[in-house]
Amino acid sequence: MPTDVKNGVAPSSKPKFWNDPEKRALLFQILMILTILGFFAYIISNALFNLEKRGITTGFDFLGQAAGFEILLTLIPFDATYSFGRTFIIGLLNTLLVSVLGIILATVIGFIMGIARLSQNWLINKVATAYIEIFRNIPLLLQIFFWYFAVLQPLPSPRQSIEIGSAFLNNRGFYIPWPEFHPAFMFVTIAFAIAVVAVIFLVKWNHKRQDETGQTFPVFRAALALLIGLPLIVYFLAGSPMTWDYPALKGFNFRGGATIIPELMALLIALSVYTGTFIAEIVRSGILAVSKGQSEAAHALGLNNSRTLRLIVVPQAMRVIIPPLTSQYLNLIKNSSLATAIGYPDLVSVFMGTTLNQTGQAIEIIFMTMAVYLTINLLVSLFMNWYNKRMSLVER
Amino acid sequence: MKKITSLAAVSAIAMGMASGAQAASATLDAVKEKGFVQCGVSTGLPGFSNPDEKGNWQGMDVDVCRAVAAATLGDASKVKYIPLTAKERFTALQSGEIDVLSRNTTWTQTRDTTLGLNFAGVNYYDGQGFMISKNLGVKSALELDGAAVCIQSGTTTELNLSDYFREHKMSFSPVVFDTSDQTVKGFEAGRCDVLTSDQSQLYALRIKLANPDSAMVLPEVISKEPLGPVVRQGDDLWFNIVKWSLNAMINAEELGLTSANIDKMKESSNPGVRRFVGMEGPKGSGMELSDDWAYQIVKQVGSYGEAFERNVGSGSPLQIDRGVNALWSKGGFLYAPPMR
Repeated sequence: MPTDVKNGVAPSSKPKFWNDPEKRALLFQILMILTILGFFAYIISNALFNLEKRGITTGFDFLGQAAGFEILLTLIPFDATYSFGRTFIIGLLNTLLVSVLGIILATVIGFIMGIARLSQNWLINKVATAYIEIFRNIPLLLQIFFWYFAVLQPLPSPRQSIEIGSAFLNNRGFYIPWPEFHPAFMFVTIAFAIAVVAVIFLVKWNHKRQDETGQTFPVFRAALALLIGLPLIVYFLAGSPMTWDYPALKGFNFRGGATIIPELMALLIALSVYTGTFIAEIVRSGILAVSKGQSEAAHALGLNNSRTLRLIVVPQAMRVIIPPLTSQYLNLIKNSSLATAIGYPDLVSVFMGTTLNQTGQAIEIIFMTMAVYLTINLLVSLFMNWYNKRMSLVER
Repeated sequence: MKKITSLAAVSAIAMGMASGAQAASATLDAVKEKGFVQCGVSTGLPGFSNPDEKGNWQGMDVDVCRAVAAATLGDASKVKYIPLTAKERFTALQSGEIDVLSRNTTWTQTRDTTLGLNFAGVNYYDGQGFMISKNLGVKSALELDGAAVCIQSGTTTELNLSDYFREHKMSFSPVVFDTSDQTVKGFEAGRCDVLTSDQSQLYALRIKLANPDSAMVLPEVISKEPLGPVVRQGDDLWFNIVKWSLNAMINAEELGLTSANIDKMKESSNPGVRRFVGMEGPKGSGMELSDDWAYQIVKQVGSYGEAFERNVGSGSPLQIDRGVNALWSKGGFLYAPPMR
């Protein structure tokens, strides 16, 4: 024993540091950190050494070179003369596009189906159950292939397009009319902004009035009228400063308007339908988690059905729903990288695929791609955690 | 077969697990120890590297792998084929997953100088062309303005295409797929109007169509595509072995040697033939090979001419003309340095 007892008297001095649990823990933590740092230092220096020895060019200079290839879908201007760095942005924006649309769509599908699954109506209930059980249990990649190769590819060719009003659907995509804004449209935008501010004040005023007098005001209908009505009036006053650009068949393909490419449609449908099943189950569990006594108590207080749902059930259910919902959002973003299987030009396909191949800068590009997914997901987590905190039960 | 991803390759480089190129003959030693050559080929391209119905790999690129195996191990069948997509091929070679990449790969300056790789020669002179469905009534690539073009990602084709359309002030929308199979499927389904690739590949892919007569190859050739085997930089001995295995096939054709007649020709007094089969001249010691290495290549694989006719020429469904891939003495580009 290092700290032995002398003459039967317990040592009053400090024990040796390896016998002090706190200091010992600190020592182990320092050792652990040093080991991890050493490990990464070894990996990095080894990689640099090997790259150097094999004559593989390293560094981020390639980001400034001209890309030399075209990309199918670009949200910002791009052609072959732009740089490889620009391809990174293009890929990132395409990933964000499909992720954001996917999250919105999956949430809508999930909430509708989750509530439908609790419905007393036999048909609605069974339809929701069938949807969840089918799409939850088929691998996502197969679903993407299904929508792409089995549903969208067999559509007719551009010359035999299916006509839906002024929109056209064929195996090259969905061609829709797209608005062209004239300078005077700015007034409409301003009117909309004013309407938004007015609605915020309206809501606040209503709260205050309800607190003071107990009377309520039909805020929802008034806000809707304000948000749609005001811009609409300004729109006509400004002389309809907007025209539509219609797609038309010219040469091989449709030109004009906007195109939703089949790769985006297939990926979006597959991602949101697949993730929607999980969200539906999360929503169902969240609603079931609120005890029946809560809504009974609300009814007893004289709240009607919709208010009970809006003020009592949903806020409590959200506490249960949000944390797993966050995971589903993160999964959807990560799953969007399966885009490369059908040629949707997302970050993995454009940057980690084509750009990596044309430049050969594997380490830099894979590092950047991983960093992007990490950053996006951390930001989403951060936001959802903040939202969760806001929604959580305030105990008094 | 282990399929390599870029990620795995990167971690392999980072972790130092890849077989390095310290000694001058690290690759050769490893090949001799394993008893087979690891050869990166395509995921299926008729005429170049494609498994037949029995699962045996065949094609021009496969014959280069077999020649290297015959030269180093004395047995052309000692090859392990690793199918790679265009995107995976360079990382697979860099990380040591394969010993030689023989996968219809275009020799370019960037690839030769910045990837840590060396091109060991040219086994097929190609050029990029367009395949189009006959019923569109297009006769020239200059009529393709606004077309949707199916293309394989990670290829020089992608770059040439954009150069060509820009030069002629035309627009196009690129539909990019990972493998040539997917590209053909996209073309067949009508996702795009045109499929672009190296001309030899277009002929190969055309016979894969459900109805080959519905498509035609446009006459324009828009680029130079010298295809050849690739090795890692820094192992000069291995580089020489691959380079001279290919040269031996070309020289064999020039000398009139074939797998059928080499045993008889061996007895001839022609000094060129005698040097070729290793009875005189430099033999194989400079490459740490046996003296009859070139003899083994021709005996087991054949000359370049034989390989061409068997895989892509008159003896194959592709029916490609020798054209520029004929010997220099017959109006083509093929010219191997002398073996002396």
